[in-house]
Amino acid sequence: MKALVIVAHGSHLNPDASDPTYAHADTVRETGAFDEVREAFWKEEPHFREVIRTVESEEVFVVPLFISEGYFTEQVIPRELRLESWDPERWDSDGTDASQVTLEAEDVGKTIHYCGPVGTHDAMTDVIVQRAETVTEDPDVGDGFGLAVVGHGTERNENSAKAVEYHTDRIRERGRFDEVKALFMDEEPEVDDVTDYVECDDIVVVPLFIADGYHTQEDIPEDMGLTEDYRLGWGVPSEVDGHRIWYAGAVGTEGLMADVILERAADAGADIGGALESVREGVTLTGESGRGSDAGPNAEAGD
Amino acid sequence: MTLSTADLEALVAAVESDSGIEFDGLRIDREDGAYVLETPESERSGLEADDLEQALEPLAAYVTNWRYWRERVGGEGTARRAFLRWCERAPLEGDESAEPSSTDDRSGGAASADGGTLAVPDRYAALHDGIDREWGQLCLTARLVDDADEPAGERVYDCWHVDDADSDLSDLEIHDDPRDAREIATYDEDGRYRPLKTAPTLVSGWAFVGLSGAELVETIDFFYPATVANWHRERRGRLDVDHWIETAERQTGIYDVVDELPREAVEWMTEACCVDSQCLRRREWGYDEDDPIDVDGGDGPFPCREPCSLVVAAARKWAILESEAERTYELELTTSELNQLAELIDAVAEGRTDDIREADVNDGANRYRARYLRAKRFDDEGTLETRERREE
Repeated sequence: MKALVIVAHGSHLNPDASDPTYAHADTVRETGAFDEVREAFWKEEPHFREVIRTVESEEVFVVPLFISEGYFTEQVIPRELRLESWDPERWDSDGTDASQVTLEAEDVGKTIHYCGPVGTHDAMTDVIVQRAETVTEDPDVGDGFGLAVVGHGTERNENSAKAVEYHTDRIRERGRFDEVKALFMDEEPEVDDVTDYVECDDIVVVPLFIADGYHTQEDIPEDMGLTEDYRLGWGVPSEVDGHRIWYAGAVGTEGLMADVILERAADAGADIGGALESVREGVTLTGESGRGSDAGPNAEAGD
Repeated sequence: MTLSTADLEALVAAVESDSGIEFDGLRIDREDGAYVLETPESERSGLEADDLEQALEPLAAYVTNWRYWRERVGGEGTARRAFLRWCERAPLEGDESAEPSSTDDRSGGAASADGGTLAVPDRYAALHDGIDREWGQLCLTARLVDDADEPAGERVYDCWHVDDADSDLSDLEIHDDPRDAREIATYDEDGRYRPLKTAPTLVSGWAFVGLSGAELVETIDFFYPATVANWHRERRGRLDVDHWIETAERQTGIYDVVDELPREAVEWMTEACCVDSQCLRRREWGYDEDDPIDVDGGDGPFPCREPCSLVVAAARKWAILESEAERTYELELTTSELNQLAELIDAVAEGRTDDIREADVNDGANRYRARYLRAKRFDDEGTLETRERREE
């Protein structure tokens, strides 16, 4: 038997923060690729501390629903899961390369395949593009369009920016969009000035965040000038400085994220059968972005 | 109940392959080429294959019971199996040699708190009507399926709020997908988010009906995550408890400060957070292994094996607040106003403010009384007028 455990931040204050986690876990459940699928949270229950003991499987694939490598993936999650012999060196990553490492969970005697975060997986690039397609309702979007991928950016964790730059580079190399830019909230180049950095009349803005919440539903829309007050909402697209801004909201709510979770587990050796195909087919056929996209404001990880 | 050919074939195959079976009072062995058949009520030996079939006919309950647990539930040694056996008052595996229905309430947890176990014939009689159990604010019912299309002995499970135990099903919102429990557990009666799943504020008005055993356990896991796993551990004497100081010292980042919370403040913290009125868990952790906390751990049905994330987050706030030096202030209040402050704090702490009637001006925490006090004693900046008393 094998289990998939999706670990995410969650929130004590905002019930919607865990919506994407549940939505993607349900998508994976429906593929039947794992005997058991569980969600676990830092700020909700089951907590990281308790989750491994709730599965019967001897082999457990743990996939962090986080954007970048750093404090949570390197310290908090392995510590709270009681992963014996964890050492960040074992990922042998320079910030975006973590794939997986196999460890023992001390308290339960199970084999844990601890995977890198979803945010740095190559398949995440496709999710960002898919998000652009979803928000423009155009499966061929690209020609005449600029794409801005927005990260938090912080001096405390350089990996946060690395993940954003990694995907923007990859998308730029594909040549699909006229321009591709990495922008940030807390460092230069800042998302506030998106129209200074992108020349195209049409600009898709995709925040590289897991859940919709304070940043993606309040800060960023106001900072970009989509709206004076987030409570009034904004149009998609919205006119700003003579550009049309197609604001996508958190990429983590995109239905295709379940695909990245599966890819992470498969990279760690999980036999997932035809699960990837069924997820991709489901996403393409319905043209919907998954239940997570219904999340209202304030859905972000917080205290 | 009659035995089906499939029941008999499965049983005989198991007797052959496992060289006999012994389960819930039913024992079948092979001796000298013949079968021995034993239950608490009867014993037959020297049975040929045809005789065995006939001999088992009146023991259909034992056979279908064996088959349900072996084929439908499986998972020997798992928390899921133990929990489902507890649901129908079956003896818990590993407990057979122990005193029936252990007298140790703590280690037996919910299992032993409400009566003993039932042998198969009594259990089947009870399962026909449905066997009820309580799990926190949940009422669970195990019952036999009375459906010709299902194998004999098949169980299903229902789950609803204890407050709805006497409600008519037609008055409840019916569910059959365990995942629906997530939504139900998210908000309290007033529509507020419930970050603590074991808070005693689960809403009523719904019912899960006809769940399989696996679905029931999944449903419980969404309502009360990890309670089944920890109950199982506690029952077997394997509950791993992390005390306050271990948990606090493990924290990093913004929570690094929580181990600075003074010893006595940890007592106040548990009195604030870890009591029956706030959480259905029973606190098993102390300050340290040899340093128990004086505040009672409560009578909750689920063991709490370490400070939860809410407590850790609150502890951070208190660690910061407790680092402030105490000062002495002077302020003008009548005796009644001083008492009113105490009433206000108590009303908020007990979550009583919504219950205070609009016009009940005798209650110090009445809204008009509070607004009057604010109007009278607060300055233009909206703060309580005080003077700090300086040391002479």
